[in-house]
Amino acid sequence: MQIDGGQALIRSLELEGVEVIFGLPGGAILPVYDPIIDSPIRHILVRHEQGAGHMAEGYAHATGRPGVAMVTSGPAATNIVTPLCDAMLDSVPLVVITGQVPLSAIGTDAFQECDTTGITMAVTKHNFLVTNAQDIPQIIHEAFHIATTGRPGPVLVDIPKDIVDPRNPRSAMQWYEPNSINLPGYNPQVTPDPAGLRAAAELILASKQPVIYAGGGILKARAAEALRELAELCDIHVVTTLMARGAFPDDHRLCLGMPGMHGNYTAVTSMQESDLLIALGSRFDDRVTGKVPAFAPNAKIIHVDIDPAELGKVRRADVGIQGDCRLAIEGILAALKELGAPDAQPDRREWKSRISGWRENFPLTYEQSSSGDLLKPQFVLEMLRKNTPDDCILASGVGQHQMWASQYWRFNHPYTWINSGGLGTMGFSVPAAIGAKVGRPDRMVWAVDGDGCFQMTAQELVTATAERIPIKVAILNNAYLGMVRQWQEMFYEERYSEVYLSPDLPDYKMWAEAMGCVGMRVEDPEDVEAAIIKANEIDDRPVVIDFRTDAAEKVFPMIPPGLSNSDIVVDPTQAALLRRERGR
Amino acid sequence: MNLETSHTHFHTLVVLVENKPGVLTRVAGLFARRGFNIDSLAVAPTNDEKFSRITIVVDAESAPLDQIIKQLDKLINVVDIRKLDPPNSVERELMLVAVAAPSTRRSEIMDLVRIFDATVMNVGIDQMMLSISGSPTRVDDFEQLLRPYGIVEIQRTGRVALPKLRKTD
Repeated sequence: MQIDGGQALIRSLELEGVEVIFGLPGGAILPVYDPIIDSPIRHILVRHEQGAGHMAEGYAHATGRPGVAMVTSGPAATNIVTPLCDAMLDSVPLVVITGQVPLSAIGTDAFQECDTTGITMAVTKHNFLVTNAQDIPQIIHEAFHIATTGRPGPVLVDIPKDIVDPRNPRSAMQWYEPNSINLPGYNPQVTPDPAGLRAAAELILASKQPVIYAGGGILKARAAEALRELAELCDIHVVTTLMARGAFPDDHRLCLGMPGMHGNYTAVTSMQESDLLIALGSRFDDRVTGKVPAFAPNAKIIHVDIDPAELGKVRRADVGIQGDCRLAIEGILAALKELGAPDAQPDRREWKSRISGWRENFPLTYEQSSSGDLLKPQFVLEMLRKNTPDDCILASGVGQHQMWASQYWRFNHPYTWINSGGLGTMGFSVPAAIGAKVGRPDRMVWAVDGDGCFQMTAQELVTATAERIPIKVAILNNAYLGMVRQWQEMFYEERYSEVYLSPDLPDYKMWAEAMGCVGMRVEDPEDVEAAIIKANEIDDRPVVIDFRTDAAEKVFPMIPPGLSNSDIVVDPTQAALLRRERGR
Repeated sequence: MNLETSHTHFHTLVVLVENKPGVLTRVAGLFARRGFNIDSLAVAPTNDEKFSRITIVVDAESAPLDQIIKQLDKLINVVDIRKLDPPNSVERELMLVAVAAPSTRRSEIMDLVRIFDATVMNVGIDQMMLSISGSPTRVDDFEQLLRPYGIVEIQRTGRVALPKLRKTD
């Protein structure tokens, strides 16, 4: 059947099971927007292309399915570079379609021309410039294959206007359904080597102080169940990195929470003191390791990753296992049982009692404010968690509020935490929450945002109102770029440079209302809970609550940049106790 | 110019890539953004028009060779990577060199040409253009011996390499 390239593109997306596209049309992509009218695929019209990219990411995080965004050429393509890079660093499966000037105009500095494949080469897992309408179905099929297999990531497909424009003879093509992948250089190995699995099991059974270091790969591999089985079989404590929050239930007795620069004391210290780190889908990121040579100095390392380049990249693994995390954990479990686990394990009572001691002495802590004082951000998060369902999805921006959210939220289900970990993209939360809600309309979705972040992408709330996507946004408004302020306070002698934002400019309540949302403002601790309950009752439009929080509040614990994890700085109220602990 | 190309921290990678637009940019871009250094690079089509072969001499001081190979392998268009160590491979490089050659010194230069089995490509009033192909060390030696005469211009291809053939069954 002869159709045109634009129709072929939409059909190809339908064939891949795409249910929603986040996008914004423009000159070069115009011909593809015509067949969208007749397609069952839902299109969500964003207000800025960056929003489209982050929505697609939020959708992918929440559903496990690839997120799809479609934008035009030139500035639209450059606007979506940030989400591509974000998805690259957090291994989020995305397929982004960009329009391009006609083939004959490429290289002429045509209107809205940019070298999209050149610009995005470093921030995509792969990209394609399609030069022939006949190739569209095959390339779209390959794009989805690359985005979703192996280590997931973003793939961009750049499509010149002439091959999708029905008025141009170059757009004519014979429709076909691709039935094979033609990528001779791409063959991700998912099956782990049995010898490595057995060696890992042997190390586990010999370890007296093991810790499971669970990373985002657990979620990508749908391995949360397997992880739980492993932890429970051998009774090993688990830390969940920023990307893995929810991969292991926070309420589980073996869960130690988040490690790293703002991790809790027990998670950081247990890793630091362990004799075996079982790294599952984690990548020894600098925010987790602190100063690398001083990281977990006595620990042997088991490292499981689907990406062989991660093995040995930062820390040499004693046992490196390349493969799918779920398959690897299941293999390790089988080997453990064969070797007599859980019985054939050393006595770990002393280790466990040390862990209990740390948990008891150094819990996360803050001082609640009294009525009439500014809110404590941690309190707002605790109230939010208390008043939302256990499977509520929380999306976050980047900064202090992100760290507090990760610290104070109790995540008990996988895929309930959506944030920008690797790239640290301010402005991520509002569009990501919208994408998550589109993918999981059955779930309550809250975005927690800082006032700085909110101002970067708030316009997407117009999209949310127009498309009836009832997300809820909690702005922790401390009138500062809070994390930068914290660093200036701690490391720049309280010289505050360009971090003050003002609590009232803009007026967040009025701004929310102008965008069709319900806007609220909360200034007193006693009003926090009531406002949250009221927000939860609204289900026909987005809600924004402007929580006025205390700018002096800092995120603790903190490992100062460049220092070892052993130099962790705890909340000032615990400092004396820590000195005694270290003196021992 | 490094005169001892067989230095242990230089490694030769023979990378088979799909013959598609932009592949060289992908490879070169990867080296740049990961902070890996390229010493020389040669690209040409293979006997199968679907593939090209890139011979890259990398400076493994800049990053562990293992990491360079693994990152290269992640490029979708990279089909195969072979690491060649000099004892087990055949390496060749071509050099074109214009050297100052007043008539009084031409015979000395011609001696070197004969010894090295080089070729005279072009002769001018006071210069000669020579060509040599051979192992990188041989090309280095030739270049070094020409240097006192005054090298006017020089162009080397960067090395190409293939593994040595099997000697037993």
